Amino acid sequence: MTFATELMNYALMGAFVIVGLCQLMSMVRVVIGPNTGDRILALDTMVVNAIGLIVLMGLSQGTRIYFEASLIIAMLGFVSTVSYARFVLRGDIIE
Amino acid sequence: MTYEIIALYAVSFCLIVGAIFTLVGAIGLLKFNDSMTRLHAPTKVGTVGVGALLLASIIYNGVFNGGAIQELLIMGFLFVTAPISAHFIAKVNMHRGACDTPPELPEGEEWATFDLPAGDNALLEENTTSAN
Repeated sequence: MTFATELMNYALMGAFVIVGLCQLMSMVRVVIGPNTGDRILALDTMVVNAIGLIVLMGLSQGTRIYFEASLIIAMLGFVSTVSYARFVLRGDIIE
Repeated sequence: MTYEIIALYAVSFCLIVGAIFTLVGAIGLLKFNDSMTRLHAPTKVGTVGVGALLLASIIYNGVFNGGAIQELLIMGFLFVTAPISAHFIAKVNMHRGACDTPPELPEGEEWATFDLPAGDNALLEENTTSAN
């Protein structure tokens, strides 16, 4: 039992570090991205990484109360990605 | 007892797989050198990366917190919406000229992405007739 618990703690810490690092790398792409599509894609990736970070936080605290937060962030991320792409494509979001 | 130990191993495995796929997606987003190529990598983050993290959360909450499958909602939502947003970003890349143009169509037709919507055509005709 102790070894398995320790392994899960180490995996949790490693996942926190790696997903946070991926968040920073996507942020670099938002800054240097040469085209608008790259910036939209990097922002979409940042939203997905934020969902992963919130799931990891709920896992490390052993609670289930972060489920609603990650669901709302998933929905808002999709809507914002589509509206940003639509604004770039058509110059308007809802016509 | 053994049941819980197996669940902890499964949670650790899912966490490691999710972290590795997230890292692969971020490296691909950073290192590829074409807009359409860069579109390829982060879609793996949206499906396998976050999917494995959510699976770890489902297993952990199912064994230690008395059952929770609400995370399947997030997983299904991400699986449904990831291709749609990728499609929109690919359309943005095509319209901004950030990739090679697609090959010519045979019968003088346009690619559907570059077509004007039907409402815009009606508006255009109205404007030209009123100008005349």
